[in-house]
This record gives sequence, C-alpha cells and structure tokens, in this order.
Amino acid sequence: MVTFTLNGQERTFDGDPDTPLLWVIRDFEKLTGTKYGCGVAQCGACTVHLDGMPRRSCVTPIATIEGSEVVTIEGVSGTEADAVKTAWTGLDVPQCGYCQSGQIMSAVALLQMIPKPTDADIDGAMAGNICRCATYHRIRAAIHNAASSMEG
Amino acid sequence: MTIQDIKATRRGFLAGSGLVIGVAIAPKMLPAAPTGVHAGGDAALAPMNAFVKIGTDDTVTVLAKHIEFGQGPFTGLATLVAEELDADWSQMRAVHSPTDNKVYANLMFGLQGTGGSSSIANSYEQMRKAGATARAMLVAAAAEDWKVPASEITVQKGRIKHAASGKESGFGAFAEKAARQTPPAEPKLKDPRDFVLIGTELPKLDTHGKINGTAIFTLDITPDNLLIAVVAHPEHFGATVKSFDDAEARKVQGVVDVKQVPAGIAVYADNTFAALKGRDALSIEWDLSKAETRSSEELSADYRKLFGEKGLEAANNGNVDEAFKAPGLQTVEAEIVFPFLAHAPMEPLDAVFIKADDGSVDIYNGAQFPGMDQEVAAKILGLDETKVRVNTQLAGGSFGRKAQFGSPYIQEAAAVYAATDRSRPLKHMWTREDDIRGGYYRPMYAHRMRGAINAQGQITAWEQVIVGQSIMGKADLDSTSVEGASNLPYTIPNLRVSAHNVQLSVPPLWWRSVGHTHTGFAVETFVDELFQKIGKDPVEGRLALLGEKPRHAGVLRKAAEMANWGSPVPEGRARGVAVVESFGTFVGQVVEVSVGPEGAPRVHKVWVAVDCGVAVNPNVIKAQMEGGVGYGLGAVLFDAVTLAKGGKIVQSNFHDYRSIRINEMPDVAVEIIKSSEKPTGVGEPGVPPVGPAVANAWRRLTGAPVRQLPIVNIVSA
Ligand code: FES
Ligand code: FES
Repeated sequence: MVTFTLNGQERTFDGDPDTPLLWVIRDFEKLTGTKYGCGVAQCGACTVHLDGMPRRSCVTPIATIEGSEVVTIEGVSGTEADAVKTAWTGLDVPQCGYCQSGQIMSAVALLQMIPKPTDADIDGAMAGNICRCATYHRIRAAIHNAASSMEG
Repeated sequence: MTIQDIKATRRGFLAGSGLVIGVAIAPKMLPAAPTGVHAGGDAALAPMNAFVKIGTDDTVTVLAKHIEFGQGPFTGLATLVAEELDADWSQMRAVHSPTDNKVYANLMFGLQGTGGSSSIANSYEQMRKAGATARAMLVAAAAEDWKVPASEITVQKGRIKHAASGKESGFGAFAEKAARQTPPAEPKLKDPRDFVLIGTELPKLDTHGKINGTAIFTLDITPDNLLIAVVAHPEHFGATVKSFDDAEARKVQGVVDVKQVPAGIAVYADNTFAALKGRDALSIEWDLSKAETRSSEELSADYRKLFGEKGLEAANNGNVDEAFKAPGLQTVEAEIVFPFLAHAPMEPLDAVFIKADDGSVDIYNGAQFPGMDQEVAAKILGLDETKVRVNTQLAGGSFGRKAQFGSPYIQEAAAVYAATDRSRPLKHMWTREDDIRGGYYRPMYAHRMRGAINAQGQITAWEQVIVGQSIMGKADLDSTSVEGASNLPYTIPNLRVSAHNVQLSVPPLWWRSVGHTHTGFAVETFVDELFQKIGKDPVEGRLALLGEKPRHAGVLRKAAEMANWGSPVPEGRARGVAVVESFGTFVGQVVEVSVGPEGAPRVHKVWVAVDCGVAVNPNVIKAQMEGGVGYGLGAVLFDAVTLAKGGKIVQSNFHDYRSIRINEMPDVAVEIIKSSEKPTGVGEPGVPPVGPAVANAWRRLTGAPVRQLPIVNIVSA
C-alpha cells in the first residue's frame, strides 16, 4: 500500500506496485488531464509535479513515491500557474491540445525555478515536451509573456 | 489528394451507394440525444437547423460536422455562422455534430468527413447560410412577439433591436419561438465588404479546456467498470499469428482475458498497466510466409530499377526526347529517395465502446470519417447501422492518420470489442509503439529528375519519374502520386512526368499534404539546382517561369520581401526558398540555415507568405502555418520508418522516430495575402515548402544536394 498526496488530498494505492504514477492518476483517480504519449519518458505529455519538481509520471512506479506530493494540471496553482495559463490563453497556444497539460506543467516548473528564463533556459526546460502540432513558436512566446507578467 | 480521388475511392468502398451532395440544412431537425461526452452541453438549446442551436442563456452552439484535432474547425465554422447571425463572438460555442453522412456531409466528398484541407472551403457558404437562416428565424420570432415588421428589426453583436419602439433583446429569449419559425428558402448572405468577424483575429473556442486539463479526448473517457484492451501486433507487415502462449499473461494481476483477434492477440484487463504488462508477457510465434521481408534498402533498389521502364503517363508536353538531343545542352540528373513516414499524432489511436440497455452501441473516437466508422463497426458488431452511434471526440492530432477508407483501425477495435460479451464498456488503445509500427505510412517514393539547359541558360526540358505505392490502391495512374509534379507551375516547353505503382504489404496512407510531401521537395529542389547551374537567383529565376501563375508569384514575392531577400546573410548561414500550391492554397517560404552542432542543418528562421483566398480566421491560419513548418521540418530533418534486413520494422517510439523539439524549432513569421477568392484550406499547405527550402539553403551552404531523406542520415553517413 502506497500513500501519497494528490492535488492536496491524501490518497492510497494498493494495486501492483510497479504501476506507473500516470496510470494510477488516470485509471484509478480518474484525473485525465495528464496524458499518455509514449510511456518511455520521451514526450513529456505525462508531466506532473512531484514534490515540486517536474516528473514524467509514465516512468515513475507508484511504489517509489510513498509520502510524496503529486500535483497535476487539475491542481496546479499559484502565481506562475496563473501567469502561464493567462499567457497560453492570450496567444491561443494549443492546437489539438493533447500535449498541452504536459507543456504547461513543465513551463510552470521552469518559472518557479527561473522567473525570467532566457531562450536557452526555455530550450533546456521544455525540450523534453514534444508537441506534434509544433506549437513551439507560441509556447516560447507565451513563456516570455508569462515571465514579464510576473515582474513587479 | 483531390476531391475526385476521394469520391472515386468512396465509390469503390461502398459500391452501389450513390453520392449525396446537397445543402444540408434540415430545419427543425433535432440530432439524436447523445449519452456521453458530446454535443449540446446545456439543456434548453433550441435547434435552428442542423448546425445551430441557441440556448435560453444566449449561447449559440455550432454543431461542427468536421472533427477538431487542432486545425481549427470549431473556431472557423463558428466564425462563419456568427458572421451571418450577427452574434457576438463571446456567445459562440462549438461541439461535434452527430454522425450523419447526409446531413453532415462534406460537400466535396459526399459523405461526412474531414480531410484535404477542405473544412472551411466546403463549409463557407453552407455555414454562412446556417447562420443567416437562424438570424432570419430569430428576427421573425421577435417581429411576431413585438408585433412589428421584421424589416424594421436589426441584429448586431447578439442583440435584436427595434429602433422605433425601443425594444431590444438577446437571442435566448426568442430561442424557442425562433425554432418553430419556418426557415427562409434562400437566406440572404452578406456582401463580404460588410463582414465584421470574418478576417479578424478571434480567440479560438477550444483553448480554455486545453489549458486546464478539462478537454476530453477519447483516451479520457473512463466509464465505470471499463475494460482496457491492447493488441500484440506483428513486427513484420503481412505476418499472422502462428501460435501463442498466454499462460504468463494471464497470471498478471488485473488481466481478465486473452483472445486471438484478426489484428493479433488481444489482452483485456481492468486497467491500462495490467493490459500492457500482460501483453509484454505473451509469447507469440508469427507466420511470416506472406510477410514483406525486403528491407528499405532493397525496396529502394527495386524502385530505382523501374526508372528506365515505361511508366504511367501523367504529363507530356512538347517533345522531351527530342529536346534532350539538342546540341549544346547542359543536362542535370538527380535521384531522390523518400522514406516511409509515420504520422505519429500525439494521441495514439483509440476508441471506446459502450453498450446501451437495448443492445445498441455508442462508440467514442476521433472520427475523421464517422459515417464510415459507423458502417464498418455495425457490420463487425452484427448490428443495424442505426444501432451504432459514433460520437466524435476531440483528437490529439491526426495529420491524415485517422482518415482511412474502410476504417481499418475501427475494424481492429470493433473486432476486439466483438470478442467480448459486451457486458463491460471497453477502451481499445494503441501505444506509441503500435502507432509507429502500425503502417498506413506516407509511402516510400523514388524520383528521378532530368533537366536540360540550353546555351542561353533556359530550362528547355524536364523529365520526372516517380516510383511508389498508390495511396488510392489504383492500378492506373494515381493522381496523389504525381500532384504538384504533373501540373508543374513553371513554364518549361518540354515536360514529361510519369509514375510507376508498386505493390507492397506495407499499407499506405495520406500524410499531411499527401503527394506534395515528396513532389514539392523534388520539384523545388531540382528547379533550384538548375537555377544555380545557370547562375540565376532562385527568386528571380522562379518568377521568370511563373508568368501564368500570379498567385504562386504573389506568395513568392511576399516571402522574399519579408526575408529581405538579397540582403547580406549572417556569416555561416544561407537562405533557401520554395513555393508550393497544395489544396488550392499557395505558400511561399524563405528559410535561413546554418550547420548545427551535430553537423545537421540548423534552421533559424522561416518566413511564410500564404494565399488561401478570403482569410476567415487569420489567427488559425497563422497557427497552421507555424505548425505546418514544424511538422514538415521535423520529418525532413529526422524521420524515417525503415525496414531492416528481413523486413522487421526498425523504429518503435519517439527515441528513434524523432519529433522536432522546441530547441530545434525556428522562429516563424507569417503574412497572409489579402484576397477575395473563395477560401481554401490551411491545415496541410504549410508543410510542403519547408523541406525543399531547407535543402536548397543547405546545398548553397555546403555544396551538397539532398538526395535522400531524412537529412540527418546523409549528415551522419
Ligand atoms: S508519456 Fe511520459 S514522457 Fe511520454
Ligand atoms: S497541441 Fe497538438 S500535440 Fe501539442
């Protein structure tokens, strides 16, 4: 039995301990904002925050997160999250939208660590998130916009 | 792909059923009430016609007959309705329409379907009429209620007004009364000069749910007691199951059943992880007797053997053979080989099946041809078509992958469901590995180009031979193999284009921009090479041969102007250009390229000029150009699905089927040519020019022409 916190609420899981966090969140907790895209840490669609750090939930066995705090797209909040969502809306970043939960979780984590990221910082933090619709151009601009909106 | 092609295939697929083309406004028709994640949303939505519902809360909901998978039809179709309805943009909503091959037909296909960048083009008048009809019905209802002449009523930004009496109302108050009005036979449409929404920057309707995790895709449908099914597929095309052992799979906690199905071995489980773990535990022996066992390399050699043989004639102007014999010529030859490409939409293929109490079945999937999915599934499930409801869902991309005649994916999924007792809802899903190895690729092609330049530096002859699979499965010429080549935009007096159809058990499919993915590359790189030989500027050279093609010339000039073509290029960089028409839309691109850290091209900047007729939603058009550039660039730089010696598929996931990433994405600037021509599509046309533009810059930068894709292979070779 594994106990963890999901978006601020205590949860337990007593199924197969190998089950990746992604499928616990989606199949058992029925929070479907976190997506499956590759299952092998290549695409970032499954990105959540684990104890405040971005994490690919598809390769995170549930047994390894005992006592941890998990935040998903449904629960992410705070200055950076608000700034990112506002910037994303302003530029209409999503196309199909399927990758965007992961993009947003990575972008929020980036701004929490580096409030005023350079293009190189953005490349470093976001290169693990694939967008097959290639909305990258707007993602970059939106991160810069979010950073500016948080100033002052 | 052309509309004729789609119709032809449709005929082949459904022999005997006539084409249905017509205006689809069915007054007072209420679509079947759906039971899950779909149309309508709130209660109290009064249907004005098959496409427009108005809520008592003033919301206007457009029932989109085209699937939304990022290319923007929710926003585009709603714009057309809102324009003629004189609605305020803030009151607009969009949902997927129910499935109906007649009412919701793509007017270019004759059945419900999305593809060929046709959503706006075929809906332009239809949706405007739907909006104008609804407006007339609202006005009639208000006139009746206020007892004033309808002609004195005005509508603006969602407000209905009668100036003389000072009466004013929103739409909601009259929604129900309006729905009972007789719709006008021929609603009057606006003069385009009076448009207030079409052509303006409107926020997209589907953004909100996509940034907070609430947008529901097929994969997100999780009814209680859901069974998850995955299928173990062969690693060779054409292989079948010889024998299998499921003892270990059945021991996996959560695995419910294992069954042989037409596509392979299906594992049914209580949750996704158990299904995947169960599948991994199977041991299967495959029968390869009918499988494709040639490697990509062997295929390429076989394709090239056909260059010298007589092919299917696609174009023959002047006299090419004579022209090549003229004295004093310089001739240039090139062979270019294109690999198989997977579409790799972000959401792998999936579908959910739920049986209702009366035995009928609801299917939830990203249906690009919902009527066809319905027909195919009904047959497999042994149900009458009226007992199968296809509920189209938002899809995580497609790029052509979900537009399949005969719905082979739904055939697989329905067979997996049909093998159960249907007491539990079932979700069938593909993993990324299934997707990359699942076939239905952009086929492999080989091109041979020959060009002749006379002593005056004119291109006098052009010959192109194209070898590859026919996407349409034709024995004779497949226009999708030669589109963009047989109708070469450049004026060259002697032109011959021919094709050879190749039979393979690797299933082919259209891939974002179809034939233009390879013809655009071959034509635009080869003509550029000829200009370089002649010593002509690539922009000037093209313009001189585009005399009869003003819209090609227009986007080319515009892109060159945006890039400040001719100005000094930063040290270590080169510019390349290409212009391609596809699906009636014209796109010119200029790119700036350097040699990247790993020796591969690094693309810094792309300038895009697009002419798609009337620009309905500039915001969506720009997004599609940006996305098209990224999608096309990723493929030419990195991607190939290859068959190893013996025919086994090499790639399996994003580690070896690379996607472009943010650090590789160039800066993109887009300008839209002002036009009053009928609107044409934008989902695909942004793709074709970027590859050749990059290859042209690369050749000028390094001296090395690109003869094989992806580019990364020649660099690392
Ligand atoms: S699904 Fe986890 S990184 Fe792709
Ligand atoms: S928006 Fe479609 S994959 Fe990113």
